[in-house]
Amino acid sequence: MFGNSSRADWIMLIAFSAFVLAAPILLKPFGAAYPDLLQKFAIYGIFAIGFNILFGLTGYLSFGHAAFLGVGSYASVWMFKLFTMNVIPAVLFSIVVAGLFAYIIGFVSLRRSGIYFSILTLAFAQMSYNLAYSVLTPITNGETGLQVRQLVPADRAADYVFILRDEDLRWVDQAFGVVEEGIPITNLFGMKMSGYPGFYFCAVLLILGFFIAMRIARSNFGMVLKAIKSNQNRLSYTGVNTRPYLLAAFVISGMYAGLAGALLAVTDPLAGAERMQWTASGEVVLMTILGGAGTLLGPVLGAGIIKYFENIFSSINDTVLENVFSFLPTTLQEISIAVTSMFVGEGWHLTLGLMFMIIVIFLPGGLMQGLNHLIGLFKRKISTKSVSADSSG
Amino acid sequence: MAILEVADVNKRFGGLHALHHLNLQVEEGTTHAIIGPNGAGKSTLLNCFVGRLIPETGSVTFNDASLLGLKPHQINQLGVSRVFQTPEIFEDLSVLENVMIPAFAKADGAFRINAWQRMESRAEICDEAKHILEEMGLVEQREVLSSTLSRGDKRRLELAMCLIQHPKLLLLDEPTAGMSRADTNNTIELLKGISEHGITKIIIEHDMHVVFSLADRISVLAQGTVIAEGTPDEIKGDPKVIEAYLGGELG
Amino acid sequence: MDAIILQILNGLDKGGAYALIALGLTLTFGTLGVVNFAHGALFMLGAFCAVSFNKLISLEQVVLDATQKTAWGTALEIRTPYIEVWFGDIGTVLLDYSVPLSILFAIPVMLIFGVVMERGLIKHFYNRPHADQILVTFGLAIVLQEIIKHYFGANPIPQFAPDIVAGSANIGLWLGLGDSVVYPWWRLVYFAFSAIVIFGVFAFLQFTTFGMVVRAGMRDREMVSLLGINIERRFTIIFGLAAVVAGMAGAMYTPILPPDYHMGMDFLVLSFVVVVVGGMGSLGGAVAAGFLLGVLQSFASMNEIKSIIPGIDQIIIYLVAVVILLTLPRGLMGRKGVMED
Repeated sequence: MFGNSSRADWIMLIAFSAFVLAAPILLKPFGAAYPDLLQKFAIYGIFAIGFNILFGLTGYLSFGHAAFLGVGSYASVWMFKLFTMNVIPAVLFSIVVAGLFAYIIGFVSLRRSGIYFSILTLAFAQMSYNLAYSVLTPITNGETGLQVRQLVPADRAADYVFILRDEDLRWVDQAFGVVEEGIPITNLFGMKMSGYPGFYFCAVLLILGFFIAMRIARSNFGMVLKAIKSNQNRLSYTGVNTRPYLLAAFVISGMYAGLAGALLAVTDPLAGAERMQWTASGEVVLMTILGGAGTLLGPVLGAGIIKYFENIFSSINDTVLENVFSFLPTTLQEISIAVTSMFVGEGWHLTLGLMFMIIVIFLPGGLMQGLNHLIGLFKRKISTKSVSADSSG
Repeated sequence: MAILEVADVNKRFGGLHALHHLNLQVEEGTTHAIIGPNGAGKSTLLNCFVGRLIPETGSVTFNDASLLGLKPHQINQLGVSRVFQTPEIFEDLSVLENVMIPAFAKADGAFRINAWQRMESRAEICDEAKHILEEMGLVEQREVLSSTLSRGDKRRLELAMCLIQHPKLLLLDEPTAGMSRADTNNTIELLKGISEHGITKIIIEHDMHVVFSLADRISVLAQGTVIAEGTPDEIKGDPKVIEAYLGGELG
Repeated sequence: MDAIILQILNGLDKGGAYALIALGLTLTFGTLGVVNFAHGALFMLGAFCAVSFNKLISLEQVVLDATQKTAWGTALEIRTPYIEVWFGDIGTVLLDYSVPLSILFAIPVMLIFGVVMERGLIKHFYNRPHADQILVTFGLAIVLQEIIKHYFGANPIPQFAPDIVAGSANIGLWLGLGDSVVYPWWRLVYFAFSAIVIFGVFAFLQFTTFGMVVRAGMRDREMVSLLGINIERRFTIIFGLAAVVAGMAGAMYTPILPPDYHMGMDFLVLSFVVVVVGGMGSLGGAVAAGFLLGVLQSFASMNEIKSIIPGIDQIIIYLVAVVILLTLPRGLMGRKGVMED
């Protein structure tokens, strides 16, 4: 199992793990070293890695992956409500549910390819979103969102039925005699999953997810996926029935999304339908292409950058801007504030959209490609230098 | 014994009768050329063999099994490989990977979904891939991205991708189109070499030099039907063939 | 019977909007080969053309009348729109007709916007993969809606139809069905308007040389450019035309649905479904599917249907799209060879 990874891959995995685990220290200079944000980095990193297995390797652009994220969140919160605040069952259950859901949607959507596939996935995601807001309210709690509540008093627990209520059951926790005061926090065998422990839980799963994605990309299964992107026609004339591979990739990426959704619920036990909206699907597409679709590190990088900028930009308000531009004369200051305020705070999405366009227009291969170009240029410069040095000497 | 049998096949595109009561038999182990003027239905016929098109009536049987209604990958698994007019290769993958994917598809009866196994770990497949690249003169370039190959090399690569599957029937759609004379001669030598492996070949070709160097039998198509069939010598002298080729142009 | 007619009517105006958006979408797709995810944003921009036009013409002159006092003892402000100050009663009429008049404002604005968008952005994506086109126009859609949100706020801004068509038409009486079938006049106007625009576009494509070239370009672009026809310039105009159609559709829709910044996204998803159902690259299909889905949607929101299949009104359109895509890969009227893999 471990024997056939190349050395470069091992170095990359170790470097990646070291970086992720040391992120609370390394990201301090950027002002990003607090648990809430770090958790987001890790969670959306997982989401993007999974999305990349489908989009990056096979080229199939799904516009409905947020549905799996949402399903994962709902599944987790229900586990918290019904059984236990321990995160392990919730995470596993979410992955399974999202996987099954992805299997059904993938089975249907993958009958078509290209833009039709995109629209089919979009249609399914919109259906899920609309239903979550309307008839599925008994399961999703509609606009309010699904939340963890207080325990139902023991004397009324007997007539508890499986419908949404203001009180939770938590059979397993109750059976073990866990005492709760108020609304409980998720835990890992007693360790509270908030703050840094929560981050490290996500970080370990991120590393695991990265490792699995790396193995997939290097395996011959991954090779078939790349061949699908490269020339699906030739692949079927080579005797390969592509659909099972695509479906496998779709389900795997759906499971990653389910895991990400579960972790969102772990760090903040609340699930809402807005997580399934198609703008959320668009966001993971952006993360992936920003970093570089088809590369291993790219999606994580993209997720980190977007969540980082989202955090920074959306927290800037007019007072901050006034301070920034205080050195300018009043009129100039006002103009500068008026212009920049479009892009920050509430206007963060404008920046996001612009980033989206700029990346697609100028750097379709994403940041990783840009980085590789730079490294390539640098190397060539060195080699030409040494060549000229040789010839002159 | 006929390895491929086409009986009374019809195919229409709108008002155009692309194939018209077409009959064809290809003997095992031979090289069978299909020639004919543009629009005679040669490519349509080939597409019916590989599952890209389905004729309205008639039958196409390969080794006594009907090919009609099968998907391209199923037909390939029966032992039919195809070289396209413009090379269809995996441009984003390396030359070696290009050859290994078909080898794997063959060895594992179309891949098993195994997320952990790497191609390089199967030594016998790796060796065979290198061996076939050597035959094609591509072994030095095995690590380069196949999109960077020259057009002639791409054709050879595609041929290697087909040969590594040890097909029973190899379909070649204008394998020398756009090649220089020297490259064409090389390809002829290459294809002659394949004949020694006992692979049945069907060649669609415009270049008569290629056709007469390779073919054991020739079928002449015009207006969707076979107007003449025979050995190269018989075809050379057939007045119907001359008319089919020249008549249209002179008339 | 009455209920059925009412539902058909209810679906027509929405269907008209779908048809108009889908028409532009499939026109740009069929000619330019570009998948434009910002097309819904063009619809939204059109709606905000109506809003801006209304704001523009209702700019008010403020006169302080010292003779009258307000409750706080300050001079009473008398606000009169400039347009009434200048034109008197005609000004009042103009104000009343601000929504239909805004079309005159929307047409040039949207034309310029469409042409600039095509020349500045879309043109460079002709030869890029569809995924890139989707992504860049998706980005543009976000940018446009955020700009609108910045200037107009996040809340819907109601617009009003002219007084003369403010009420409801008693269609039931006309058809001899009793007076239970009533229908807002403006929706009827919208339906008629969409029918006229659709007819206009078809006539333009059918009877002009320009249209002939465009139709030929939809069939076989390479062939047309081989004939020495500068197809690119025509495509620019086509894109402008699609933008204008979407813009007009949006402007006229404002009395039916108060516009907000994200209406474009909502309509875009639906319109794509409409295009797919109608068949990629088929203008007739887009129009037919637009009305069909509009009517289906209004049927699905009938209480009788909802009680049988709960939630059907929320998903009917997507459900139809899925079924159509899986059973008729080319949609209702799609031609062979358009966007097949």
